[in-house]
Amino acid sequence: MHAGITPSQTVGPYLSLALPWPEGPYVVPEGTAGAIAITGRILDGNNQPLPDALVETWQADENGRFNHRDDPRGAAESGIAGFRGFGRCATDSQGRYRIVTVRPGCLPTPSGGAEAPHLDVNVFARGLLNRVVTRLYFPDEAAANAADPVLAGVDPERRDTLIAVAPPGSDGGEFRFDIRLQGGRETVFFDV
Amino acid sequence: MTADQEARPGGERGVPPLELPSYVRPEGVHPPMHSPEYRSTQIRAPKQKLVRLPNWLTEITGPRYAPSPVTEADADLTIGHPGEPLGERIILTGRVLDSDGRPIPDTLVEIWQANASGRYHHQVDDHPAPLDPNFDGGGRCMTDSQGRYRFITIKPGAYPWGNHLNAWRPAHIHFSLFGQAFAQRLVTQMYFPGDPLFRYDPIFNSIPDAKARERLICSLDMELTKPDWALGYSWDIVLRGRNGTVFEER
Repeated sequence: MHAGITPSQTVGPYLSLALPWPEGPYVVPEGTAGAIAITGRILDGNNQPLPDALVETWQADENGRFNHRDDPRGAAESGIAGFRGFGRCATDSQGRYRIVTVRPGCLPTPSGGAEAPHLDVNVFARGLLNRVVTRLYFPDEAAANAADPVLAGVDPERRDTLIAVAPPGSDGGEFRFDIRLQGGRETVFFDV
Repeated sequence: MTADQEARPGGERGVPPLELPSYVRPEGVHPPMHSPEYRSTQIRAPKQKLVRLPNWLTEITGPRYAPSPVTEADADLTIGHPGEPLGERIILTGRVLDSDGRPIPDTLVEIWQANASGRYHHQVDDHPAPLDPNFDGGGRCMTDSQGRYRFITIKPGAYPWGNHLNAWRPAHIHFSLFGQAFAQRLVTQMYFPGDPLFRYDPIFNSIPDAKARERLICSLDMELTKPDWALGYSWDIVLRGRNGTVFEER
């Protein structure tokens, strides 16, 4: 039964009146040992950046645990002070966002497999009547990515749209993840 | 092989199987991403088919807190300035529920809106209607143990926008909801009853089902109305419920 579910509407161009939080981009406090920065741009079908989008991320902690009662393994506190699991950043005039976090652990699946470290990502914007959902995986997790059942279900030709890029010289401290809403390199989006 | 058809390798011995809830996937409730009459969708809405994501640990959990303490004042958009905002003061309340009728307590509700003249306190809004120095238009609150939220604000005005010649948005308040899980996240808009602009609005009408559209319209509630002070409106928000616990044998 889906009776009664409230329909989605666009976030519109004025989301910055309420949604950006000063602490939003910090899944962990800036300066946390082992913190990584996720940076990127949100691009439309003309390859133009979106200056009015909102990016949100949700992820497990460094041990692959959640401080949430619906995790059947039990709610667990991260060992990292100030870890929130959730990040939120509005794009700037160049369509850029930046989230500071730590790499999450692997997760077990119900059938005994393992999900590679990943972030679930929401994008909201004017022109999007519902959120779009994607996932960010890490480029230096080849073995875990190869065994990830969600990546396995994605067209191999498009799989790399879900894998962040380590910029040269970033030393594992920064990953770039552009999200293309349309076009030849459209990011893979999920029905969650 | 898709994720839903994942092979069952048996897993580590001695590790109990995970029992995870999954959330219903409503058909025909949400607007199609491509709604050409809403012009901005044409260059922004994804064109490729969505890939089905199972509801696993990342999807069945989610943030359940506010980033910084939410105060009672955050839910009153009419205070915090030297004077009172112009417009019709309203009390707006309702419950956040899932589609099984269960209230969702302790979840963050965020709202934003135009002022009574139909102008947003935002640099991008160039509608030549006056800004109100006593109204910013953003608020938030946490639901109580019964899933109830409550705001005091003013009724926003209708406003023109550039979608097509003579395009006007019906009065609305934007809502952002988390629920209990990533799968339940929802951003939407609430409208006011009897608005003659409904039939002309491509955003409202992007929802194909008339009954679903009506669920975005609040109700005047005289019980809620405070004599000589404010009209009361009520509006419940229903997020996706669960299919029930999925137990995977191994």
